[in-house]
Amino acid sequence: MIAAALWSVAALLALAPAGVVLATRPRGSIILYGGCLIATSTLCVTALSDLLFFPHLTPSATLPIGLPWLGAHFRLDALSAFFLVVVNLGGAAASLFALGYGRHEVSPGRVLPFYPAYLAGMNVVVLANDAFSFLVAWEFMSLTSWAMVVSHHREAENVRAGYVYLLMASFGTLALLLAFGLLASGAGYDFDAIRASHPSAALSSVVMILMLLGAGSKAGLVPLHAWLPLAHPAAPSHVSGLMSGVMTKVAVYGFVRIVFDLLPEPVWWWSMVVLLVGGPSATLGVLYALMQRDIKRVLAYSTIENIGIIFTGLGLALAFKAEGLDWVAALAFTAAMLHVFNHALFKSLLFFGAGAVLGATGERDMEKLGGLIHRMPKTAFAVLVGCVAISALPPFNGFVSEWLTFQAILLSPQLPSWGLKLVIPAVGGLLALAAAFAAACFVKLYGISFLGRPRSDVAASAHETDRFSLTAMLVLAAFCLVAGILPGLFIDALAPVSKAMVGNIMPHQVGLQWLTIVPIAEGRSSYNGLLVFLFAAFCGTAAASAIHRFASDRLRRAPAWDCGYPDPNPLIQYSASSFSQPIRRVFGSVIFAAREIGEMPPPSSPVPARLHVELHDLIWDVLYAPIAKVIGFATDRINILQFLTIRRYLTLVFVALILLLLVVAL
Amino acid sequence: MNALGDILSQGAQMSLVLGLAPLLTGFVRKVKARLLRRRGPPLLQPYRDLIRLMRKDVVLADNASWLFRVIPYLIFAGTWVAASLVPTFGNGLLFSWTADLIAIIALLGSARFFQALAGMDVGTAFGGIGSSREVMIASLAEPAMLITVFSVAMIAGSTQLPNVAEFMGSDAVGLRVSLGMAFVALTIVALAENARIPVDNPATHLELTMVHEAMVLEYSGRHLALIDLSSQLKLLLYVSLIACVFLPWGTAAADAGVARLVLGALLYFGKLAVLGFLLAVFETSIAKMRVFRIPEFLGAALMLALLATLLRFVSGSM
Repeated sequence: MIAAALWSVAALLALAPAGVVLATRPRGSIILYGGCLIATSTLCVTALSDLLFFPHLTPSATLPIGLPWLGAHFRLDALSAFFLVVVNLGGAAASLFALGYGRHEVSPGRVLPFYPAYLAGMNVVVLANDAFSFLVAWEFMSLTSWAMVVSHHREAENVRAGYVYLLMASFGTLALLLAFGLLASGAGYDFDAIRASHPSAALSSVVMILMLLGAGSKAGLVPLHAWLPLAHPAAPSHVSGLMSGVMTKVAVYGFVRIVFDLLPEPVWWWSMVVLLVGGPSATLGVLYALMQRDIKRVLAYSTIENIGIIFTGLGLALAFKAEGLDWVAALAFTAAMLHVFNHALFKSLLFFGAGAVLGATGERDMEKLGGLIHRMPKTAFAVLVGCVAISALPPFNGFVSEWLTFQAILLSPQLPSWGLKLVIPAVGGLLALAAAFAAACFVKLYGISFLGRPRSDVAASAHETDRFSLTAMLVLAAFCLVAGILPGLFIDALAPVSKAMVGNIMPHQVGLQWLTIVPIAEGRSSYNGLLVFLFAAFCGTAAASAIHRFASDRLRRAPAWDCGYPDPNPLIQYSASSFSQPIRRVFGSVIFAAREIGEMPPPSSPVPARLHVELHDLIWDVLYAPIAKVIGFATDRINILQFLTIRRYLTLVFVALILLLLVVAL
Repeated sequence: MNALGDILSQGAQMSLVLGLAPLLTGFVRKVKARLLRRRGPPLLQPYRDLIRLMRKDVVLADNASWLFRVIPYLIFAGTWVAASLVPTFGNGLLFSWTADLIAIIALLGSARFFQALAGMDVGTAFGGIGSSREVMIASLAEPAMLITVFSVAMIAGSTQLPNVAEFMGSDAVGLRVSLGMAFVALTIVALAENARIPVDNPATHLELTMVHEAMVLEYSGRHLALIDLSSQLKLLLYVSLIACVFLPWGTAAADAGVARLVLGALLYFGKLAVLGFLLAVFETSIAKMRVFRIPEFLGAALMLALLATLLRFVSGSM
């Protein structure tokens, strides 16, 4: 099993240099993305069969590369297998999408060589079984994705995005490096050795905080999210889909691997920290998303929301695990993992949809779109499914994972700690707010860009996207529905992962009457997506056929009514900013320090009236700007060191050496 | 007998809510008219309106997409399924385990999602204003509702409505502060969700304050009939929900005999009448709020619900 996986990763790595050559050929992108599609599909099937049929085997392999005395260790256990499925399902879908979308790339030489290497990097992170390979692969993943973020480097915005991304990625790696350094101090770099060693509670706590910083900065947890909405949209759309849908999940994997697997039993306050970061991330992320008008940026911010939901689930799992309630921990953990899978599906789908819109119109700005449902009906359908799913509405998959998270929250009065008793209901409230905002956000995204009348000529002359892209989107949409109406299958497939990480599993679901899911006990709570779907489908069609048969089925077309004031100008429609104005006014005045300034010229003046809206990212203003200021100040002061004579440099080196020796000696 | 009886009971419930929903709306309208010393439309007027609308042609805006034509059926299906999962006169519903209270709210959320999309489909200014305000109201009402459900569910130890109702009917409940708060929060949410005064005015047209009516402005004929029927179903759903959770007396148990079922049904009609009457009195005695006062009104519900949940976390007996 692991051999097949490693060979596929090797094939991806081999495709990377081939990409340099293929980029110059007219059909090169098809060969490259086809190769990636085959490799990732193989990996996906391998990992899935491993997860379903051999979940208790943990094959491992050691390759003689990397550090000479260590080698590179790889291991495929249930957790790795699950994340391999997520990574490669997303990877295969992105490759399929890119078969069509990638042909329009203006500078293929800046994307093609990095794309397979990026996929390989993510796979190796999930497979690695020693700290060195893990970190190298993590950096590899960051750098290759950075290269694709700056692939369209002529736009100043992308260069800034790349710069911020690189800084934050370095910060994250630093935190990981320190975490592994602390862990390895007693045991060495091999994960098996770390697992066998028993670090003290204080050490584990420091490692856990460092992991939260390292993995959280990659996943986009507030307040470490600042780079994400800049970098994810800057890349080509299939890569954006991978970064948002998949790479953030690799970061979640890193957190789960260290905190749930390598560290000993959690301490209760760890969960407090994770919950206090996860809940606000969920609400703030989607509030930010609501304020945006760039489609891809909306999607990037909504990733922060979903990562917040996942970390809330993980925080709950930590809390219950720490208190020995491992059957509830299994519920919370499974909810988080299910959301990992679901979010990978619908976020990839939505980014592909944004890519299709971008390809058809050249626009990412919602204010220039509109009416695409008439010109891109199939894309519009797939994106609609994605929007309903991500808004956590039944019968799609997003609802199931949020529902399970809520069920875990409802069990939290059983926790003895007072801090958690106060924090968890608040976090539940934040999640409920986030769910409602998400629906508002995606009504806006879909309503402004796909419905209504076109707001620009490019939107009016858009055309449907190509077959490959459509297939990729429709396959993902089908997955969203299947995972929503048959969640029991997915929950059962996650059982070995939860068994390995929190030591217990959720009750077995498949085989219950009508494929209902019952997370805790019969009579406490149950949900049946299949029946809800069939029930609603039956009611809808029954109503339609009855009305058409017995009442009327006639239909006339006429100009819009609009209370008697229809205006042919499409600018009379609500725009993206005006749609979110009420929410901005209610919530934004505090959170974004939002201000509206109206400029009304005096009567008879021909100057148009104007409305300015000011939004501040307070986290940027409060956290990042001062740090940047301090660093700028310090570098200004240190700058004189650049112009010293060789004598003074030697003196400096000498003094430094003395100091170092003193430190060692004491 | 059981399977057949269950199916019959479920079918009866589905047709009951469908048949009763316009009557409740007609009743509220009638009471409101009498309170204003008008004679008011006959009790059965909503049925006549629905039938007349269904027979009329649909006049579709030139620019409307396929989604616009599908959405009335989606809204109707979602609302009907949700309404038929709330126990009315008896707890023994065949499919009650299909969706718990959280899922019922989410189903209504799906319906609202599509309704807001429909408002934006034709590309008119009124449609946009309605959708935009609807999602603003929903962004507060939905969390308030969910947290209210949390507090009730934690007291009852279940999110399944029949179990909650059974628990509320038993002696184990006692007098709890958190339940009182949850009740007030649920009432506020129900007013907002059903576009009633003071949040929205169901009788208005061509006013800058309208929300629900603005979204459905472009609908006509059978589509409009379905949307109206869905709103009526939603009103019935919320009234039944309040009756089922906070006035659980007399609801027939799952294995009750015919006599108990009939008694349950009679009591249910009584509860509907009382709550409908109170709604009409409340609506006539309060003025409509302007749009940006609504968040404060709903924010109060949100805070009350959160407080109820916190109390429950802090002390098991409150």
